[in-house]
Amino acid sequence: MLSKSKIFFKGIVAVLPHMLSVIPFGIITGAIGIELGFDPILVYATSLIIFGGASQIIFMQLLSGGASSLVAITSVGVINSRHLLYGAVLSEYLEKLSFIKKLLISYFIVDQGFAESNKYIKQNKNLSNPHYYVLGTGVTLWFCWQLSTISGIILGSFIPDELGLKFAIPLTFLAIIVNDLRKLDHVFVMLVSGFASLILFNAPFKSYIILSPIVALIAAFIMLRLKK
Amino acid sequence: MTWLSIIISGIVTYFSRMAMVALIDREMLGTKVKEVLNYVPAAVFPAIIFPGIFFNDFGSFVEITDPKIYGAIVALVVGFYSRSVIATIVSGLLSYWFIIFFLLR
Repeated sequence: MLSKSKIFFKGIVAVLPHMLSVIPFGIITGAIGIELGFDPILVYATSLIIFGGASQIIFMQLLSGGASSLVAITSVGVINSRHLLYGAVLSEYLEKLSFIKKLLISYFIVDQGFAESNKYIKQNKNLSNPHYYVLGTGVTLWFCWQLSTISGIILGSFIPDELGLKFAIPLTFLAIIVNDLRKLDHVFVMLVSGFASLILFNAPFKSYIILSPIVALIAAFIMLRLKK
Repeated sequence: MTWLSIIISGIVTYFSRMAMVALIDREMLGTKVKEVLNYVPAAVFPAIIFPGIFFNDFGSFVEITDPKIYGAIVALVVGFYSRSVIATIVSGLLSYWFIIFFLLR
């Protein structure tokens, strides 16, 4: 039987390889926030309060581009709706926790932590305290994310405008979905979303950022229907 | 105003993490919904990528010679074969900088 601290430690080790992408992504997030003209404290607040890289960048990009708060908040919600899926899967392993503990551990549910936890817990079904694994991955990712965005905020004030760092935004998101490019169904949904965004780009209130994913998800739904 | 937006966004995000764990019975999320949620990254991120490449700061289409297009193609090819997040970003930025600092001068 593994002790709680050993399970926690296993969680830490499992996400260490992900630091190769998390740390540069955090640095870019901080630096872009500064590049877009936000106050350093505000940029850091997004890491602490929102704590979701992709959504933080979009949030700042939209607000700096003149989008309304409602559009910015809604698109954060759309982007982060994927957590519902993670929560639904993890809830099975977290069932025995008290309500308060469930509330606390939820803050630490992150993409990479979810992926590793799900893999490990599935392979070790009779683990007595699986939530320590989830916590180990989440807390590690949280610390690295905070530190790397702070580094990015500091670096951001030294990066000259001529470098056009804003181009790092589409590149970063391309890097996030690059693993799904081999799945044709995902590529189809990506193309629908991409072309929808080009057509809808000048729609009022920057609503393309919400409308395009909705169009793409409807396409995904229809595709799933036709497949069966 | 920005602070309020950050706080509300934080609450919305926290809710997305916490809802299925602490509030809602996971059976409420049918298999169909779960299947569709699988596509959220594929549905969301291209809507950021495409405009980031094909539109300029003033909201009009870039020209076919725009360095961003070629930087993105390099990143796409490198990313597809390397499957590495860092290689994708770095190759895209380096080729973009190469074009704007060496080829266009």
